[in-house]
Amino acid sequence: MKKKSFKLTARSLFWLKCLMHAIGLLPIIYLVLLVLNDRAGGDPVQYIIHFTGIGALNALVATLLISPVAKKLKQGLLLQTRRLVGLYVFAYASLHILAFFSLDLLFAWSLFFEEVVKRPYILVGAAAYVLLSALALTSFKKVMRKMGRRWQKLHNGVYLIAILVPIHFYWSVKSEIIEPLLYLVFIALLLGVRAKKSNWWKKNSVKYFTKQERV
Amino acid sequence: MKIINKAAWDKFKDCDVTPEEVYHDRRRILKQMGFVGAGALLSSQANAGVFDLFSSDEEKAAFARVALPHSKQTEYDHLLYGDLTPENKVISHNNFYEFGTSKTDPVENSQALKVNPWQLVIEGEVDKPLTLDYDDILKMLPLEERIYNFRCVEAWSMVIPWLGFSLASLLKKAGVKSNATHVAFETLYDPNQMPGQRNRYSGGGINYPYVEGLTIAEAMTDLTFMSVGLYGKTLPPQNGAPIRLVVPWKYGFKSIKSIVRIRVTDRQPKSSWNELAPSEYGFYANVNPAVDHPRWSQASERRIAEGGLFSAKRIPTLPFNGYGESVAGLYQGLNLKRNF
Repeated sequence: MKKKSFKLTARSLFWLKCLMHAIGLLPIIYLVLLVLNDRAGGDPVQYIIHFTGIGALNALVATLLISPVAKKLKQGLLLQTRRLVGLYVFAYASLHILAFFSLDLLFAWSLFFEEVVKRPYILVGAAAYVLLSALALTSFKKVMRKMGRRWQKLHNGVYLIAILVPIHFYWSVKSEIIEPLLYLVFIALLLGVRAKKSNWWKKNSVKYFTKQERV
Repeated sequence: MKIINKAAWDKFKDCDVTPEEVYHDRRRILKQMGFVGAGALLSSQANAGVFDLFSSDEEKAAFARVALPHSKQTEYDHLLYGDLTPENKVISHNNFYEFGTSKTDPVENSQALKVNPWQLVIEGEVDKPLTLDYDDILKMLPLEERIYNFRCVEAWSMVIPWLGFSLASLLKKAGVKSNATHVAFETLYDPNQMPGQRNRYSGGGINYPYVEGLTIAEAMTDLTFMSVGLYGKTLPPQNGAPIRLVVPWKYGFKSIKSIVRIRVTDRQPKSSWNELAPSEYGFYANVNPAVDHPRWSQASERRIAEGGLFSAKRIPTLPFNGYGESVAGLYQGLNLKRNF
């Protein structure tokens, strides 16, 4: 018997988006309840910073997963969820930085800027956040239309973010490098899948190799 | 018609095909992979009340602590800056990688640690090597309470009332030989009880057992303390039961926990964090606001005290954590920027 091929409808997309909102919001509710019930340790500051950071990273991985999954399942509508998930990356990253600034540095502005400049791992994270903010600010349909082709160019910046963020994570830990390494490898795979199919890559790698031959 | 035989692999359960240590450690392994947030939500029992969500299904009884008779030693109290850190914070925010690398892992994973029987060996360049059991540790020397500043290399700090005796008084029992230059310490190595020691990945890459060391002058100065308790009672495991070192003018990682061996030597011993990352953690590790850790500033610290999340304060860090008048003399002629 042949199965009828499944096609995502606008209605099921709506419910899928609701589900994604739930997955995005529940960890925050969980974190708040943990902290309020003294279940995040005697001093939950590091816990909160780490939790929100990992949340941003997980959401970033999810964003990068959407288009390969949509291609594989031939569900073009799925691409419409990228904005939603991408904005959760921004929300978690914002909470992450806010927690660092308010709970750890206790609003010491000068120390904050000093640390950003002096610590390479914070600088890398900050650079990723600046770029991420630009993506969030230009994520509205109106802006997208206005920007035309430049919009896609700017939003390809997500690949740079995807490289910077795991480096920031890897660099920030004292010695527990396994978890950041897993993220690095996984994100490298997700970027690798794209590089193989990207026209830019094909064009430029061919150019590069032909140049080499001429020399 | 084709009859499909039950496949051979079907005989096995998950726990048969997964290496035993991984199987028993699966919760923590998953946790380390960062899935704890989602996992805890998805797997919580359907009939649980909202706050039961937070009690793990294997919650064990807390480690039993007993009150210890002691006198109060107030000689160093004038060097304290700030009020006592509440007991519940002292015993639930710990770095003890033997029980996991997050701050909450030690209190969660250490409550079943067996501290009695215990053996503490004092050996090496001593006149009379000693082997102390649990009772000896608690009763051999009169206990005093000392309140010390405690500064972690991660730039947070506490004020803690320890119970114990000076390391010097313990070493005098064994008699330190004149050729001794250093003292080496070693934590219990018992992967059955300490999940972080089961492989290098679960314990943050440290080559266990955890070791630390002091110069003989540092060891013999009165400020250097062997702690067997805090807040009037024996130490809980997450704070280093049954006996730990407290060196208040050095970063916390020097104050080695759950000690089984003290070896007086004639050479500089290894210290675990120094071995792991020599550019980040020196052998001396004296608290020094002028020498930053490569990844964070040491000029100030976040004091963990009474009150909620937003009541914490950031205070300037003092050289030798405020104990300069007692210990600065030990380092005369030594470049403390190079010998960090």
